[in-house]
Amino acid sequence: MAETIQLEVTRYSPEHDAAPAFQRFEVPYRKDWVVLDALNYIKDKLDGSLSYRWSCRMGICGSCGMMVNGEPRLTCATFLSPYTPDAVRVEPLRYFPVVRDLVIEMTDFMVKLQRVKPWIIRKEEKSIADGEYLQTPQQLDVYKQFSMCINCMLCYAACPVYGLDPLFTGPAAIALAQRYNIDSRDQGAKERLDILSQHEGIWACTFVGECTEVCPKHVDPAGAIQQYKLTAAKEWFKSLLMPWGAK
Amino acid sequence: MESHEHDVLIVGGGGAGLRAAIAVCEANPKLSVAVISKVYPMRSHTVSAEGGAAGVINPGDSLDEHAYDTISGGDWLCDQDAVEAFVKEAPEELLRLEHWGCPWSREPDGHIAVRAFGGMKRMRTWFAADKTGFHMLHTLFQTSLKYETVIRYDEWFVTKLLVDDGCVQGAVAIELMSGKIQAITANAIILCTGGCGRVFPFTTNANIKNGDGMALAYRAGAPLKDMEFVQYHPTGLPFTGILITEAARAEGGYMLNKDGYRYLQDYNLGKPQPKPVLRSMELGPRDRLSQAFVMEMEKGRTIKGPYGDIVHLDLRHLGEKLISTKLPFVRELCLKYQNIDPIKELIPVRPVVHYMMGGVHTDINGATPLPGLYAAGEVACVSINGANRLGSNSLPELLVFGARVGRAAAEFASKHTAPSAAILAQAMDENRRLRKQLLEKTGGGERIATIRDEMQKAIENGAGIYRTGTSLLETVTKLRELQQRYTNTVLDDRGLTFNTELIAAMELGFMLDAAEAIVQCALHRTESRGAHQRTDFPKRNDEKFLAHSLVHRNADGSSRVEYLPVKITRWPPGERVYGEPSQTKDAQAGR
Amino acid sequence: MTPQETKGATQYTTYHPRWYRTRVSTYWWLGKWCYLKFVLRELSSIFVAYFVVITLLQIHSVSRGPEAYARFEERMWNPLMIALDAISFLFVLFHTITWFNLAPRAMVVRLGGKRVPEILIAGSNYVAWLVISASVAWFILR
Repeated sequence: MAETIQLEVTRYSPEHDAAPAFQRFEVPYRKDWVVLDALNYIKDKLDGSLSYRWSCRMGICGSCGMMVNGEPRLTCATFLSPYTPDAVRVEPLRYFPVVRDLVIEMTDFMVKLQRVKPWIIRKEEKSIADGEYLQTPQQLDVYKQFSMCINCMLCYAACPVYGLDPLFTGPAAIALAQRYNIDSRDQGAKERLDILSQHEGIWACTFVGECTEVCPKHVDPAGAIQQYKLTAAKEWFKSLLMPWGAK
Repeated sequence: MESHEHDVLIVGGGGAGLRAAIAVCEANPKLSVAVISKVYPMRSHTVSAEGGAAGVINPGDSLDEHAYDTISGGDWLCDQDAVEAFVKEAPEELLRLEHWGCPWSREPDGHIAVRAFGGMKRMRTWFAADKTGFHMLHTLFQTSLKYETVIRYDEWFVTKLLVDDGCVQGAVAIELMSGKIQAITANAIILCTGGCGRVFPFTTNANIKNGDGMALAYRAGAPLKDMEFVQYHPTGLPFTGILITEAARAEGGYMLNKDGYRYLQDYNLGKPQPKPVLRSMELGPRDRLSQAFVMEMEKGRTIKGPYGDIVHLDLRHLGEKLISTKLPFVRELCLKYQNIDPIKELIPVRPVVHYMMGGVHTDINGATPLPGLYAAGEVACVSINGANRLGSNSLPELLVFGARVGRAAAEFASKHTAPSAAILAQAMDENRRLRKQLLEKTGGGERIATIRDEMQKAIENGAGIYRTGTSLLETVTKLRELQQRYTNTVLDDRGLTFNTELIAAMELGFMLDAAEAIVQCALHRTESRGAHQRTDFPKRNDEKFLAHSLVHRNADGSSRVEYLPVKITRWPPGERVYGEPSQTKDAQAGR
Repeated sequence: MTPQETKGATQYTTYHPRWYRTRVSTYWWLGKWCYLKFVLRELSSIFVAYFVVITLLQIHSVSRGPEAYARFEERMWNPLMIALDAISFLFVLFHTITWFNLAPRAMVVRLGGKRVPEILIAGSNYVAWLVISASVAWFILR
């Protein structure tokens, strides 16, 4: 059993470097250590200047997404054991600008998330005194999967469309829009459709499907987008055939 | 140095912070609200809460019963007026969140479903599968995106509160992205920075829970209250500290020692039944379960795992269908982080630090004694949790007191005017201090991680589940030594862009202050109550200690502890009993 | 990517010129098997179009009588056209199989509150394909 394992980590400081480069570290190998534990060891004991994001260590906050051997992964949920004795290559999340070492710039996602109006839109709000909106477990089931998104952006790192065209709204943002569209309490589907049926919205997606493969929470954003396309197409036909029925 | 002006500044973007921001906007849409968070808001630790949020909606339930459960669970250290307000507003706030889109789990007819939870005599815990905190936080965050007057400063780290003439008027913060140190002034500042679980070695808390707000308030002159009450969650995974939710026990899990025996029956928690009984055995309060673990450990009946002593949580008898529908996250966590399948195997667990009952002293509206400074959420101590928090009370606490503090701060900010020039001078000083002490320092040579590890070890040994005067004094000495050594830390990272080591160094400073407060309060409270257990003073002493400990910082950096009597309205102190006797006790009390 | 839109609700640090942007290679799709499969899938639509055109020409020639059809057959019966047809056929099969397998992700059918399993939706497409092909074959070869 190996005592140590090598980690090859991207280093980049915009103040000193022109481009990112790799640095090798040797860390102890433990069977139940994940890549994040190895990074923490490096920061605590070997080189405190290694910068990366992490928080909950249990795959729910979405901070620690990085490329591990070329695949977008949550480093808190990626054991070292499958990689040993080879070195593990850790790079910042693909298709995002690199700020420093393993830290990427994610305001693009934050802007797009806000743009799709991810909140309940209603013509008339119910008052608190009238109690809850009734929603059966079946109605909850319809959108539940899409509500599990932890905003880790691994799907963006897996999406070649986003890589080639950074204006694309992207899997997570569209999946969250769809989550609200099909929530029985929401009445804002038309508003979101107007925003997302533009070229950089749902129609830029070519159903590569990698976003769903890498999603750690099984949200299936690809499915959400295709379903949204079907709905959008239906709405378009309806508006064509029944223009008087505009909502 | 750049400065920004707002009407209300909220430090912390978790459940309480976001709820407060929305409350300020709704109270006065003309106010400009800034939310500063050292991480993006959806990373806040609220996201990891699993079990549920308590709010009275069942017809067979009543506000008084929720209040009584909370007060007795808190070993009568709760301020009863605050608890009464809390239990009344909790269901409204949870309903408001439902209107904002929170996917609460439902009954077949579409109404909100509730489940049993430890310490609650009736079923009143609302839940969203077993990811309640996640859904609440994302609902709050996504709803907050609607409000255009909320300006967010994501990944800005507050290093100091700016105080002039006794009033808090702003904060100095580092923008992580660029390393720029900037001042933000406001008429009202609300601290929503969460607890300080990372002071301890085994904790469910994320890396970001370092007691930032507690230390900021403490250094600014506000007292901290009840810091000695640290809640251990009885079931956490041993290496990672990951929490195995109370809901696993509420659905019927058993806790077994090395002989496969349900050991809780030996500790006055009722008799083992095949199905879970509210407030008895595995559904007893958290502090009693953690204490039972320590006593089992002393008897040598715990299992020796690779990371220390553990006991087992047995879910196998619940069956695959129930675990997959009601506890899917528990199963996922065990498989992904410890490679164990709860359907077939036993889960290794031990008590881990989970929640700080103590925090910044506030009144029922979240106001601290310093004008302009407010606090809500885990960072604050109102106190509704007293000496021990009941499970599923902290999520509604975020909403109820987040809303209250938002309204109170909005009112205060609407009446007060721009901050003074002296404030900006203070900010420049802070800028200089940070550069000199941390970024430009050479020589010395302590690593941050070394000091942090020693602090964690010392506090777990001296101020853990069981404490003695001797162990506490040792910890005080050790902490003083660590404070001294902290001034000698040297950073590897001198960069300005996203310098996380600088942040870690400041967080360590905050944690040392919080640790000091915890230990001092524990030392002075010579009784045992709720989560604070002194083996040298094992009994509860209502004559002397039916009061909150308030720890102030003196000008020379030392601390002084005073006492503030608990507000009792309708429930005189009784004895905390669980299992069968509690039914008799309640009958005797004529409830 | 400049986060220009703030609308007052979120304020971000303005574009830092030294952030590093990795160039996406023109041959990005050769990097991973799944990307290659995707590009081939997309490419297959060209061959599907070609197949449709050939079939239409074939039907057109049938409608113009046996000599026209014989001329058509002669033109198709050379190694280049046979190879092209074979490749197109393979691509059409690939296209169909990937389409049917992906269909259930876009079409979510709910019966009695539960989602119909994906294999049933994909399976029903395959069954329909077989039935229609069998009917057409029987009709033509009769």
